[in-house]
Amino acid sequence: MIRFDQVTKKFPDGTEALKNVSLTIPTGELTAIIGPSGCGKTTLMKMINRLEIPTNGDILIDEKSIKETDQVELRRSIGYVIQRIGLLPHMTIEKNAGLVPKLKGWSDEKTQLRVRELMTTVGLEPDIYLPRYPLELSGGQQQRIGVVRALAGDPNIVLMDEPFSALDPISREQLQKELRSLQQRIQKTIVFVTHDMDEALKIADNIIVMREGEVEQIGSPDDLIHEPANDFVRDFIGQERINRQRTFAQRKIHELTSFFSQARTSEQIAEISSTDSIETAISMLEKPNVNLLAIRHKDEFVGYIDQTSLLRAVIAKEEGGNHAD
Amino acid sequence: MLTNFIETIQSRSDLIQQAFVEHIYLSFIALAIGIAIALPLGILIARYRKYAEPVIGVTAIFQTIPSLALFGFLVPLMGIGSNTALIALIIYALLPILRNTYTGIISVDSSITEAGRGMGMTRSQILTQIEFPLALPFIMAGIRTATVLTVGIATLATFVGAGGLGDVIYRGLQSYNNSLVLAGALPVALLAISFDLLLKWVEKKATPKGMKTN
Ligand SMILES: Nc1ncnc2c1ncn2[C@@H]1O[C@H](COP(=O)(O)OP(=O)(O)OP(=O)(O)O)[C@@H](O)[C@H]1O
Ligand SMILES: [Mg+2]
Repeated sequence: MIRFDQVTKKFPDGTEALKNVSLTIPTGELTAIIGPSGCGKTTLMKMINRLEIPTNGDILIDEKSIKETDQVELRRSIGYVIQRIGLLPHMTIEKNAGLVPKLKGWSDEKTQLRVRELMTTVGLEPDIYLPRYPLELSGGQQQRIGVVRALAGDPNIVLMDEPFSALDPISREQLQKELRSLQQRIQKTIVFVTHDMDEALKIADNIIVMREGEVEQIGSPDDLIHEPANDFVRDFIGQERINRQRTFAQRKIHELTSFFSQARTSEQIAEISSTDSIETAISMLEKPNVNLLAIRHKDEFVGYIDQTSLLRAVIAKEEGGNHAD
Repeated sequence: MLTNFIETIQSRSDLIQQAFVEHIYLSFIALAIGIAIALPLGILIARYRKYAEPVIGVTAIFQTIPSLALFGFLVPLMGIGSNTALIALIIYALLPILRNTYTGIISVDSSITEAGRGMGMTRSQILTQIEFPLALPFIMAGIRTATVLTVGIATLATFVGAGGLGDVIYRGLQSYNNSLVLAGALPVALLAISFDLLLKWVEKKATPKGMKTN
C-alpha cells in the first residue's frame, strides 16, 4: 500500500503542483491517475520514487516512510516508465532493457531470459530488436521498450507515466490487455498515469481524478460512472461516455427488481445470477428451450423474469429516461 | 629556393629536430595539464550550474588576452623558462575543453538522465554511464580545438626562452634567412593539421554507436 499523507509540492518558482494530497493506493491493484494537463499527475507519481521531494507531508510504502529507505535502493525496487521515454541512446535495446537487473546484480543469463520474455509480451521480436539502438526504433516501439525496462527488474511497484500515449489504437489496446492480464497474474501494484478516460475505465481497479493539484475523486470505474463526485468529474468522464458505459443491455439484472415476478409461468427454466447483465439474460432467453429465467441473488431465489417483463423494462426505460430502475 | 631550403634543413637538422621535440613536448604537457584541469572542472560546473557562468567567464577573459601579451605579463611574475610557457599554453587550452565538457554534459537530454535516476543509478553511474559517453564527442571536439590552438601558440614560447619551433623561425627572421623561417613554420603547420585530422577521426570514433543515425 502506498499512502500519501498530506503531501504538498511547491516548486521553487512558486508553482503549487500538489495541494495537501492524502490518498491510498492499494497493493496489488492497478490505479490510474487521470486529469487535465498540468494538474500534477507526473509530480504525484515522481514523489513515489523520490524523483520529487515533498515540500510538506510524507509518503509511506507499507506504512514505512520512503525517507527511511535509501533512495537508490528505493528506485531499483520500483519500476518506472517515464513520460518522455528516456531510453539511453548509446546503449542497445538489450542493454537498455537489462539496466535495472544489471544494477541489481542479476546474472546475465537471468537478465537475458527475463528481457526476452518481456519483449515477446510487448510484441517485439527479441532477435530483431535487442541488438538495435533506440533511435532505430519507432516512437511506439521505444515506448514499449520503456515498459520492458520498467518491468525487467521484477519490481513490486510499477509507475507508468502515459506509457501507451505514442501507440496506435491497435497496439495500444493489445498492450492494455496485456498489462491487465499481467497485472492479474502477478499482482503488482501499478500506478498508471493517463489522459485517456477510456483507457482508465478499461484497465484500472481504481481511478484517481485530479484537478489543479488536488484530488477530486477516488473510486472504481463503476463508482466514477455511477456516482461522479462533482460536476468536474462528470464533465471529465463525459456524459456521453457515462451513457455509453451504462447502456441498458449492460445493466445488471438486480436493477430490474420491480419487473421480477414470482409466478412460474413456464417449465422451460434456466438459472441466472442477479449480478449478470441484461444482455446475458436476453441471450439466454433466446435459446429454444428457455422461456423463463430464475434469478438467484447469492444463494437465494428472488424471482423470475421472462421476455415480456424485459420488454416492459425497456419501455419503462424509454419513458423514464436514463434512470428507469 | 627549394635547394636552398633543403640545404638549410640538412645543415640545421640538429636545431630543427631539437626544436620540434621541444615544441611537441610543450604542447603535450600543456594539453595534458589543461585536460586534467578543465575536464573535471567542466563536469563540476555542469553539476553546480550556478558556478558555470563565472568560471567560464574568467577562462574566457584569459582567452581574449592576445597571446604575446600574455607571455609578456607572465615574464615579470615567473621569469623566463619553459614553466612560463607552459602556464600560458595551459591557460589557452582550458577554455575550449572546459566549455565543451560543460556544454556536452548539460545538453544530454534531461529525460535520459531522469530515466537513469528513476531506475536507481547513483550519481557517479549517471556520470560515467550516461553523461560522459554522451558528452564525449563534444569533449573530443574541445580537445581538438585546444590542441590546434596550443600547437600554434607554442611557437611563441621562444620569447620566454622555452624553445620550440618558434626558435627556428625567430633565428631565421633575425638572420634574414627565409629558408630557416620556413623550416620552422612548415612543421608547425603540419603538426597542427595532422593533429586536427587525427583528433577529428578520434572524435568520430568517440561518438557512441547508437547516436550516429542522429
Ligand atoms: N520542475 C518544475 N518546476 C516548476 N514547475 C513545475 C516543475 N515540474 C512541473 N511543474 C509544474 O507543476 C504542475 C504539474 O506538473 P505535472 O508535470 O505534474 O503535470 P501533469 O499532470 O503530469 O501534466 P501532463 O498531463 O501534461 O503530463 C504544472 O503546472 C507544471 O508546470
Ligand atoms: Mg505528466
